[in-house]
Amino acid sequence: MNHLPQAWGRPRDDVYGAYDSSHLQTSGPNQHTQSPVVTGTSVVAVKFKDGVVIAADNLASYGSLARFTDVKRLRRFNSQVVVGFGGDVSDMQYLDRLLNSLDIRENYSSASDSPLHAKNLHTYLSKVMYKRRSDFNPLWNHLLVAGLDGEQKPFLASADLLGTTFASSTLATGFGAHLAQPILRRTVPDEDSVQKVTKEQAVELVKECMKVLFYRDARSMDKYSIAVVTKEGVDLKEDEKLEKQSWAFAEGIRGYGTQIN
Amino acid sequence: MTSIGTGYDLSNSVFSPDGRNFQVEYAVKAVENGGTAIGIRCKDGVVLALEKLITSKLLKHGANKRIATVDRNMGVVSSGLLPDGRHFVSRARDEAAEWRRFYKAPIPTSALANRMGSYVQVYTLYSSVRPFGVTSIVGGWDPESELPVDGQVGSGPSVGAGGKTEGAQHGGPFLYMIEPSGLYWGYYGAATGKGRQSAKSELEKLDLAAGNLTLEEGVKEAARIIYVAHEDSKDKDFELEMTWVSSLDGPTKGRHEEVPKELREEAERLAKKALEGDDDETDDKMEE
Repeated sequence: MNHLPQAWGRPRDDVYGAYDSSHLQTSGPNQHTQSPVVTGTSVVAVKFKDGVVIAADNLASYGSLARFTDVKRLRRFNSQVVVGFGGDVSDMQYLDRLLNSLDIRENYSSASDSPLHAKNLHTYLSKVMYKRRSDFNPLWNHLLVAGLDGEQKPFLASADLLGTTFASSTLATGFGAHLAQPILRRTVPDEDSVQKVTKEQAVELVKECMKVLFYRDARSMDKYSIAVVTKEGVDLKEDEKLEKQSWAFAEGIRGYGTQIN
Repeated sequence: MTSIGTGYDLSNSVFSPDGRNFQVEYAVKAVENGGTAIGIRCKDGVVLALEKLITSKLLKHGANKRIATVDRNMGVVSSGLLPDGRHFVSRARDEAAEWRRFYKAPIPTSALANRMGSYVQVYTLYSSVRPFGVTSIVGGWDPESELPVDGQVGSGPSVGAGGKTEGAQHGGPFLYMIEPSGLYWGYYGAATGKGRQSAKSELEKLDLAAGNLTLEEGVKEAARIIYVAHEDSKDKDFELEMTWVSSLDGPTKGRHEEVPKELREEAERLAKKALEGDDDETDDKMEE
């Protein structure tokens, strides 16, 4: 009987044959993330005259399985910035910790100095994302940064896993880019129209988009978080429920389920 | 110090025959020349205060802050050689960040004091280094509620393995002082620097162990004590620097921050008045 420590926990050689140590080899190419694992779906956001509204549902999917149902994908950075995360949840957690340490370092100097604003944070995050894609080790996320810029004006911009940046008066990631963006653009077609939109209208508009996304995106959920960023600060609600759903339209959809034709 | 000049004070890490490390004692001397620094542990927070001596009229008033923030919920004030204090703070910040990286949670004040005590102590062991020329006061508020782990996004299952003690008390205000030897104790009230003797006797009068002093009272007492401690070196100008940290429900929301200008000025006004009051009393007695 082989009693040597290196054989502990291993199948017995005399019964099962020698262990094929080629399974243990560590050489070969390094592999980084090839695809996301646990994912969050769309984030939608729209600017209005005094600030920005941003929302994301509370679901983290494992493939098509609705795995975690209370995941908060909007993270408040300080009193004037919120970051919304679509894509891989563990990469989101990494970025959250990164932002946490950034915030701690910012507060080493006196708090009365001007804090990082949304534009600063977007520049920083986009550089993090681009660095990681250049290392062939991307953070598998699509971020929306919502808040106020250095002149206290509404700011909304995105950064994705390639380090691509984009700014617009309305933005949506993932499925939302296809389903929510056209709805948002009906009310806010361009930068000028932002001035005509009130906070109430913007919140209503984003809620409508969350509803449409729940109707048509199979990786979405009816529980969501919504944040309004204005000069008064961040109003973040993390446990909202979709209201006034109407599934009547589903009757007219053909091509799936148990329909006869 | 009769043993001075006997050769046992020339190198760190060498004991004198009667069991003293003179380099450490000289470091303590360096501290005794620094501006007075104090810390008060109140029932709902900690106040740190510093008598910042003005070394030049060309320095901008209110700039060059000396009380530093470590993590979010802790402050460090030190007395002695300023660059040594800066290095101490830098190390404390690294320790706090490393703790967060490892445990995904903020470092408790006691753990930071322990680590910094060990760090400072190492500088008494080798002949290639000199001890820290500072005594540092660390004040912090450890969260009493259960914090989410850094990066936590959800609450996890609502049922399952528990293992937590019901009704256990966590967190609160903490105050530690670390000396050049690496010695550190937890204090109700701590004082170091030039005016430490009078500051200590004032702190003792407050009966801090009873835990009745509120944070706002603590701020006013801290300002007064710094003014009292300054009496002996009246010829020099100084600035009062004060920071505080309270619970999440308190004025600083669990963060270590500068005491707001209005409150600090009010505290200074009362401190000056208290000192004048003392003078008046003595004047009256003299007249009688």
